[in-house]
Amino acid sequence: MEEILEILEENARISLEDLAKLTGRNKKEIERVIKGFERKGVIVKYKTVINKDKVKGEKGVVAIIEVKVIPQKDVGFDLVAERIYRFPEVKSCYLLSGTYDLLLVVEGKDIHTVANFVSEKLAPLSSVKGTITHFMLKKYKEDGVILVKEDKMRRLAITY
Amino acid sequence: MIADRIEKLAPSGIRAFFDLVLGMPDVISLGVGEPDFITPWKIREKAITALEEGFTSYTSNQGLFVLRQDIARYLKKKYSLYYTPKEEILITVGVSEGFDLALRAILEPGDSVIIVSPHYVSYPALVEVAYGKVLYLVTKEEDGFKINPKKLCELVKKNPKAIVLNYPSNPTGVTYSREELKEIWKILSSKEILVISDEIYGELTYDADHVPVASLDKKAKRQTILLSGFSKGYAMTGFRVGFACAHKKIISAMTKIHAYSMLCGPIISQLAATEALKAQREVIQMRQEYKRRRDFIVKELNALGLSVTQPQGAFYCFPSLGKFKLNSLEFAKKLLFEEKVAVVPGRAFGKEFDSYLRISYANTLDNLKKAIIRIERFLKKLP
Repeated sequence: MEEILEILEENARISLEDLAKLTGRNKKEIERVIKGFERKGVIVKYKTVINKDKVKGEKGVVAIIEVKVIPQKDVGFDLVAERIYRFPEVKSCYLLSGTYDLLLVVEGKDIHTVANFVSEKLAPLSSVKGTITHFMLKKYKEDGVILVKEDKMRRLAITY
Repeated sequence: MIADRIEKLAPSGIRAFFDLVLGMPDVISLGVGEPDFITPWKIREKAITALEEGFTSYTSNQGLFVLRQDIARYLKKKYSLYYTPKEEILITVGVSEGFDLALRAILEPGDSVIIVSPHYVSYPALVEVAYGKVLYLVTKEEDGFKINPKKLCELVKKNPKAIVLNYPSNPTGVTYSREELKEIWKILSSKEILVISDEIYGELTYDADHVPVASLDKKAKRQTILLSGFSKGYAMTGFRVGFACAHKKIISAMTKIHAYSMLCGPIISQLAATEALKAQREVIQMRQEYKRRRDFIVKELNALGLSVTQPQGAFYCFPSLGKFKLNSLEFAKKLLFEEKVAVVPGRAFGKEFDSYLRISYANTLDNLKKAIIRIERFLKKLP
């Protein structure tokens, strides 16, 4: 992967100046390269990883939902998937191989909201054959970041 | 009651300065001689499993045969260097032990050893402990802190038993290309001088491939004791595992001392090291990260007027205090007290280097940035 992407994937807020110093290229050039990535959709969005367990007053729930669907002639799973991923409750949607077809990550403010979404919006779709909902109990690691316990550096402050 | 030569070993003002740093909280330390990465998980996991499986015994004196085999394979693949695991490789407790063994195995009392300065602190001390005499080859900033062939020719006339090479270098980060090594080797090979080559930072070479001096030709291999290990490139300092490769006569002599004094390296560390050699992806990632930080810090220090000779490896740079009229210890102390940034005074690496500092960039980019802001503020206050 392009070095600039590697650095941005770790820290989307890094300044152009620092990027220039780290890569030995000039600011203008870096700006142009990044704009190019944005235009081509290589860079989709700049997001912040938030540990929601630590946010005060944040009580949302996350559910992972397995969905079995009936694919359609000519378009396969894509149209069914679109019907589903268009729901704003659906944060992520993947087509998988295996015992079910779509995997959804759904967020709601409580269990009832998610349950309602499943029973009233998702399950009634004619192309949905069945769903299994798993509520998330604890997040240990997300997007490569360990959320529960960071490694602590124990080295001495000065050595040869 | 203490032996004279030990009494005379120089701890100097540097030790006291280190104690100051260790006693002070909230210091941003650019004085650390080890990676800021924790050992990659797969290596740690191997050590945990080894313990679970009950690997808690001694190993053979020379070290686990599988590890020696892995090292032989690694050196062959990476540098086309052929050492036989049975007779030409010894597992040591870090390069430090390997270095000590090498000296004790080859030196008669009074033999002299060339040490290239600025040098890692242990070299002269261990030569003296082994009853040797140190011949310093003092490099200059103008020569990029590299060996000046003319000076080397002069010193070679004094019939030294050995020369110590260390590249990429602690404290300068400077390293040698194949051509430069050939020139040095040409001078050395005219006499029967042994080369003790500490290449512990070899994995951390940024702009070109590392070239072991032993890989130059057959004679170079026969006359070289190659020392390396896992501490730096694999972020395994606390595991204490290194290796020595050399002619079987030398390895056999080193093994004798090692067997009587150390017995063997710790088995858990040796097993972890076998996994380390499979962790090339992690090594590459760490190397990339160091390289970016190097580019950052060198640019910043140069802009502040602390001119840096471009380091090509390790994780150090060795800026000159140039126009700032303070010696390295005063500078380091003042910087510590006024801005809570720790660096190592240049004099620790040779008395000629009292107008230099060793700055380690084995630290997070955030810390490096903060440190630079503090150093800038500090320099503005200087007369």
